[in-house]
Amino acid sequence: MNITAILLAAAIVGGAGLFIGIFLGVSGKKFAVEVDEREEAILDVLPGNNCGGCGYAGCSGLAAAIAQGKADVGGCPVGGASVAGKIGEIMGVDASASERKTAFVKCGGTCEKTKSEYEYYGIKDCIMASQMQDGGAKGCAYGCLGYGSCVDACPFDAIHIVDGIAVVDKEACKACGKCVDACPKHLIELIPYKQKTFVQCNSNEKGKALMDVCQVGCIGCRLCERNCEAGAITVNNFLAHIDADKCTNCGVCAEKCPRKIITVRFEA
Amino acid sequence: MQELLLIAVGAAFVNNVVLSQFLGICPFLGVSKNVKTAAGMGGAVVFVITIASFVTGLIYKFILGNPKILGGELQYLNTIVFILVIAALVQFVEMFLKKVMPPLYNALGVYLPLITTNCAVLGVALTNVQNGYYEKGVGIGLLTGVVNGFATAAGFFVAIVLMAGIREKIEHNNVPEAFKGTPIVLVTAGLMAIAFCGFSGLI
Repeated sequence: MNITAILLAAAIVGGAGLFIGIFLGVSGKKFAVEVDEREEAILDVLPGNNCGGCGYAGCSGLAAAIAQGKADVGGCPVGGASVAGKIGEIMGVDASASERKTAFVKCGGTCEKTKSEYEYYGIKDCIMASQMQDGGAKGCAYGCLGYGSCVDACPFDAIHIVDGIAVVDKEACKACGKCVDACPKHLIELIPYKQKTFVQCNSNEKGKALMDVCQVGCIGCRLCERNCEAGAITVNNFLAHIDADKCTNCGVCAEKCPRKIITVRFEA
Repeated sequence: MQELLLIAVGAAFVNNVVLSQFLGICPFLGVSKNVKTAAGMGGAVVFVITIASFVTGLIYKFILGNPKILGGELQYLNTIVFILVIAALVQFVEMFLKKVMPPLYNALGVYLPLITTNCAVLGVALTNVQNGYYEKGVGIGLLTGVVNGFATAAGFFVAIVLMAGIREKIEHNNVPEAFKGTPIVLVTAGLMAIAFCGFSGLI
């Protein structure tokens, strides 16, 4: 080995590096794929939690879909109206301010108000518990089991187990819908943030059977349906349901309800 | 022709890159959780190794192993130059596919850039040199190298897809607590390697 060999080796490796650098630089320009500028701008505006609440794999997926016009500018349930507005500016369309929503747990059967059929000592997981006899230890087969599968699913720490039932923190909730999917009892639904009148029950049980196990369940007496001036309440399968579009939050139903299961919360 | 066939069978089964040479273990264990992604990874590896063995063959034949340059003394640079070239090649292939064949680019997805760190690619390039494939003429030498590369990658494909199939089954089995996860996978890999020993009498 002499000095020429060392220089030659350095020249070859250095030359290879230089050549590859230039080659990649040139081909990077030559093969550049035009990325829609709006896509990156939208991605900057989106929250970036990659929660998947929009139905796409992540924020970048939604950004691509919006840029291509496949998704609505208000497609992000987390960002709400402010993000929809910014995206609308980028896309040059008027953001039809998508309504803010929040999750709501349709059960008011706390530990003391609803009976238990047996003691459950299994894994603290609603899906597990719901596989047990009679769909869980709770006396009511429709009610919240309170083992917190929704709490685990929530990426925003907006749902908690209070006194045996899941309760949503309305301000923290981004309506991503993770808890809706997680609940084996299908108790959680997304309702408009502005909605103030709730039916805190999910039971299709008949009156007598329900009264045996729960102090606060809907028995389907139809008093609310008859008294509602806006015609917003319908009772099906012994369960009242409020149509949020028609409801005026007048509070008559809450007054008339003999079980006090319809509640109006003006402060929230 | 017969010799090429022997090389191909030898590279794919007898000297299987994963199960008897123990190269490319990281993707073999890392991306073998389900058959679909395993096949994606395998496909990307076949694609890259075939191209890489051709390009590294050219470089060896005309620069590093060329007797006219310092009497072929520069062979000790094989490893470093090949790594450089393979990394750049993967980058280039990615750019090229993104522009020219978006469907293939999307199908290979994240696995394409991951191959940069797959030692099997470098392994094939170096084996080609060590086995003296390039000592023959330019044409037949390069062809042998490419065939060896393709067959090796096909062996990788077979191994990773088999592994993924087995792992999918293991998911439903009652594995003892201590063996759950990686241990049972390594045991499986060991048993597969023993099974592949059965090919050793083939050639």
